[in-house]
Amino acid sequence: MKTLVWVEHDNSAMADATLAAVTAAGKLGEVHLLVAGSGCRAVAEQAAQIAGVGKVHLADNAAYANALAENVAPLIVELMGHHDAFIAPATSHGKNIAPRVAALLDVMQISDILSVEGEKTFTRPTYAGNAIATVESTDAKLVVTVRGTAFDKAETTGGSATIEDVSGAGDAGLSSFVGAEIAKNERPELTSAKVIVSGGRALKDSETFQQVIMPLADKLGAGVGASRAAVDAGYVPNDYQVGQTGKIVAPEVYIAIGISGAIQHLAGMKDSKTIIAINKDEDAPIFQVADIGLVGDLFKIVPELTEKL
Amino acid sequence: MKGLVPVKRVIDYNVKPRVKADGTGVDLANVKMSMNPFDEIAVEEAIRLKESGAVTEIIAISVGPAKAQETLRTALAMGADSAILVETDDEVEPLAVAKILKAAAAEVQPGLIILGKQAIDDDSNQTGQMLAALMNLPQGTFASKVVVEGDSVTVTREVDGGLETVKLSLPAIVTTDLRLNEPRYASLPNIMKAKKKPLDVKTPADYGVDITPRIKTLKVAEPPVRQAGIKVADVDELVAKLKNMGVA
Ligand SMILES: Cc1cc2nc3c(=O)[nH]c(=O)nc-3n(C[C@H](O)[C@H](O)[C@H](O)COP(=O)(O)OP(=O)(O)OC[C@H]3O[C@@H](n4cnc5c(N)ncnc54)[C@H](O)[C@@H]3O)c2cc1C
Repeated sequence: MKTLVWVEHDNSAMADATLAAVTAAGKLGEVHLLVAGSGCRAVAEQAAQIAGVGKVHLADNAAYANALAENVAPLIVELMGHHDAFIAPATSHGKNIAPRVAALLDVMQISDILSVEGEKTFTRPTYAGNAIATVESTDAKLVVTVRGTAFDKAETTGGSATIEDVSGAGDAGLSSFVGAEIAKNERPELTSAKVIVSGGRALKDSETFQQVIMPLADKLGAGVGASRAAVDAGYVPNDYQVGQTGKIVAPEVYIAIGISGAIQHLAGMKDSKTIIAINKDEDAPIFQVADIGLVGDLFKIVPELTEKL
Repeated sequence: MKGLVPVKRVIDYNVKPRVKADGTGVDLANVKMSMNPFDEIAVEEAIRLKESGAVTEIIAISVGPAKAQETLRTALAMGADSAILVETDDEVEPLAVAKILKAAAAEVQPGLIILGKQAIDDDSNQTGQMLAALMNLPQGTFASKVVVEGDSVTVTREVDGGLETVKLSLPAIVTTDLRLNEPRYASLPNIMKAKKKPLDVKTPADYGVDITPRIKTLKVAEPPVRQAGIKVADVDELVAKLKNMGVA
């Protein structure tokens, strides 16, 4: 089987999320990549080094700069003329683009796979990860998105794929990019952080969240996450949200502070290696999944912990 | 401009799903069902757009069993004007739902179709994007802000690194994220009024759509269960544990 993998990037560097998708694709057969963007040849050169990649398709066009689905989906459909599967990481780009490709190909997409069980058989989470379905596609071609935490990252060196320029139709004339507010974050990215400190509704407000959570995260060199309640209340921006409908994380250590442990939150973090919970309610559901729990007032515990580390 | 809002009847988000012992799916017998939370946000957004004058009429549509009428009545009680139930007891995959919605849209001729970004049962996150593809319309997915101006709509989207804004020509497809709005509760008088609002019942065949599944579910299993661990008595003990793990 020949697969085409969407390379996640910002036109200058490839994002890690690509590497899990490459690993998943490698289980199906020959791996080709697509780098669609603007002024993104450096990304293609980087992608060509990934171990096990056969070819990199480079579509360099201003219309692809921001990965607008209306523009890139027809390009992918064209390339699918000579590929058997389209695989994208389950990033916001992947989730936006892949279903558009699937519908144009008249294929039912398989979202967010956890494992490859056979040529057309995969497992995927449903019901906020409370039910794992094993599913088999009966379509002629496959369209799949890949959960990043479920696959090892492919090696970023060792490959020497050829880069082939492709053109595509460019601007579909349906949409345009206005702008982005992408926060500069010095901290480790949630999806690849080794340690995550996450705060919930109990943190009161944005200032308190900063004062209580950030020093601990700094001490541990950790990424910072949050529950939906904390994001809704404006303590931190939306991209901090961990859960069923936010980021899926699986760090070595996840520290949940003032988070009750609703199933929607657990869906995003329960594959963490070690879970530590700090909560004043000893019956909070988070303790049912925590390896280490500490019952008490976070406003006393967290500063003391930060101090003693 | 008309607004079309697809809504799905799903397990209530407060219920913990249980996998059936025979591994065929999730047990939904005697389980509380509700409108998919993201669809509530979609209905709310349509109502706000109607209140601001951008939308003139709201049609809610659901593909599902007869009981999905309740979900549509909820949409009507919130403020939708009329509803369509495309009735089937079969499970309908996102691609087939998108095909049905395309056919319905051809009759309704909406300027804006607002859907939830994902349903909390199958967690697919596909229908809106698929519908946009089939209708060759622009898509503003994971919306946290929707502004209609003249013949275009500007959508702010929640993306991995923060927020992103796109401008789409109308007609367009929007899918909702959590922070787009806070859905209203239907008042008792509105619930009563909703009973008299028009609700059409159709079938997938009426729209000429083949809903045969493309994906076979071979098995449904519980995820590996995590065992609750230990409780530590104080911060010193926690520090010791963290040091043991080599984190601190
Ligand atoms: C469609 C949908 C999607 C959702 N998606 C997500 C998602 O992706 N991610 C997510 O997180 N949620 C999600 N939710 C929301 C989820 O259901 C919960 O509402 C949310 O996770 C609760 O956040 P919380 O734990 O911070 O707040 P709460 O449930 O209010 O918990 C606060 C906790 O803080 C503790 N506490 C309070 N004060 C102190 C103190 N001084 N010291 C120590 N502990 C204290 C309390 O005991 C309590 O356990 C979703 C909901 C819906 C309907």
